[in-house]
Amino acid sequence: MNKRKKAEENIFRILTGFASYSLIAILGLIILIIFIKGYNALSLDMIIKTPKGGYYYGGEGGVLNAIVGSLYIAFGATFIAILVGMPAALYINVHLVSKRRTQNMIRYFLDALWGIPSIVYGAFGFTLMLFLGMNASLLAGIITVALLITPIVIRTFDEVLSTIPKGLYEASLALGSTRTEMAFKVMFKQGFSGFITAVLLAFGRGIGDAASVLFTAGYTDLIPTNLDEPAATLPLAIFFQLGSPIPEVRERAYASAAILTVIILIVSLTARGLSKKYSKSNLK
Amino acid sequence: METSLLEIKTEPLMTPPEFKLKKQPSVLRIKDLNVYAGNHHILKNVNLEIPKNKITVLLGPSGCGKTTLLKSINKLTDLYNELKVSGQIYIEKDDILNTNKNIPLIRQKMGLLSQKPYPLPISIYKNVAYGIKLKGVRDKKLIEYNVEKKLREVGLWNEVKDRLHNSADSLSIGQQQRLCLARGLAVKPRIILADEPTSSLDPVSSKIIENLFRELKKYYTIILVTHILRQAQRLADNVIFMNYGEIIEQGNPDDVFNNPTTSKMKEYMIEGN
Repeated sequence: MNKRKKAEENIFRILTGFASYSLIAILGLIILIIFIKGYNALSLDMIIKTPKGGYYYGGEGGVLNAIVGSLYIAFGATFIAILVGMPAALYINVHLVSKRRTQNMIRYFLDALWGIPSIVYGAFGFTLMLFLGMNASLLAGIITVALLITPIVIRTFDEVLSTIPKGLYEASLALGSTRTEMAFKVMFKQGFSGFITAVLLAFGRGIGDAASVLFTAGYTDLIPTNLDEPAATLPLAIFFQLGSPIPEVRERAYASAAILTVIILIVSLTARGLSKKYSKSNLK
Repeated sequence: METSLLEIKTEPLMTPPEFKLKKQPSVLRIKDLNVYAGNHHILKNVNLEIPKNKITVLLGPSGCGKTTLLKSINKLTDLYNELKVSGQIYIEKDDILNTNKNIPLIRQKMGLLSQKPYPLPISIYKNVAYGIKLKGVRDKKLIEYNVEKKLREVGLWNEVKDRLHNSADSLSIGQQQRLCLARGLAVKPRIILADEPTSSLDPVSSKIIENLFRELKKYYTIILVTHILRQAQRLADNVIFMNYGEIIEQGNPDDVFNNPTTSKMKEYMIEGN
């Protein structure tokens, strides 16, 4: 290898390495800052108590209402997104397999939906809510977040399904399977690890989004017991507390952010673990 | 393990076919088959008859249309929107190209063995059971019996009987190919379509597959696509030579290999040898 090629190799290695490690460093820095700033406010009370009177002025209580509200919305929205997203991704890869143009068109629209800012979904959800005569509620929040994350479920699962070798389709059909049998008994199994990744990615996005629930889920200090009651969410709890002039409340905002980050990290690690487990039996 | 199996199979490599082609009942008949991909004419007026319980070898250079012909026979061309297929393909009396009959049932008349083995992403046992269940069998004992029977038929039982519930992906590539064959046989096909089934296998595994074909032709009609001349010479009872989408030579192997009539076949023989 001559000197010039060797220099090129080194520059390329350093630049790509820098890009990769700097991202890890940024993630580490975010987590570190959140935990340092919120450390003093982090307590068991914060996780197991709802806000008492004057909580947002430094009074007692916690953000259990927002934790439960966020989990309700994220689980509900993910459930809807799976109900719609899984069949849609299978349809694209099973029934449209010979219709490349339609496949590409649908993928293009889904990518566009994925790219729409969540505040637009929030505004759309708000309009839909008014049209249906609903109040800001858990249900309205679930529907709006479901709209936001369904394209994520479809496209992520679709990407995995599209990498399944065509030979596997053919082998399955040649045995006399119907397309439905092939979809559920072969493709879904082969793409199951990707499906888990898609669902947990969508869940992570759903639980962390503030703009889509800003107008639709409302906010309350209580834990919702019905779908038509308003629900607090962690992103909004962070938003409201961070805007406070009181330093203790701002610390609580960082502590809430730390709780949200931990939830998302748990979801992400679970996704990774499950994905690894279920991809073991896959055809390589 | 595979070597010991190889030792059991001791058939001679050259199988002298002593039959008269015209007297054999045909199990599959193709009439005026044409396949187009846009303006590209892939198969040109293909007419042929496949004799029952014989190995018919489809021979020809890469890209001559052998695989497309095979895919037309089990209607996998339906998966490719760009392919336009016309003509008639008769399996016994049914014209499968122009029928309203259930396509999965038509496909079950043919087992497909592709170039690369594609075991389903489930256990070894479930791979074979999958085919049996597709035939509507639900009795657990009957499924177990048939799984063992099919795995024995392809000489895989002794190698996998202690790990039936392991992932099919844990098998070697040669074993995977035999598993796919067992899975295909489980749907009780009449015809085995083998599309270069040994192309991704090592010589030992290839030889096992070839020996299996010699055994299986007693019960099944086999159509073997290959571009390996020596393999064709070892296995063929009937030879079809294709070039640029056309059948340019067909007949019994003695005639085709020893007295080729077309210059293309002669050239292929020289290159292949």
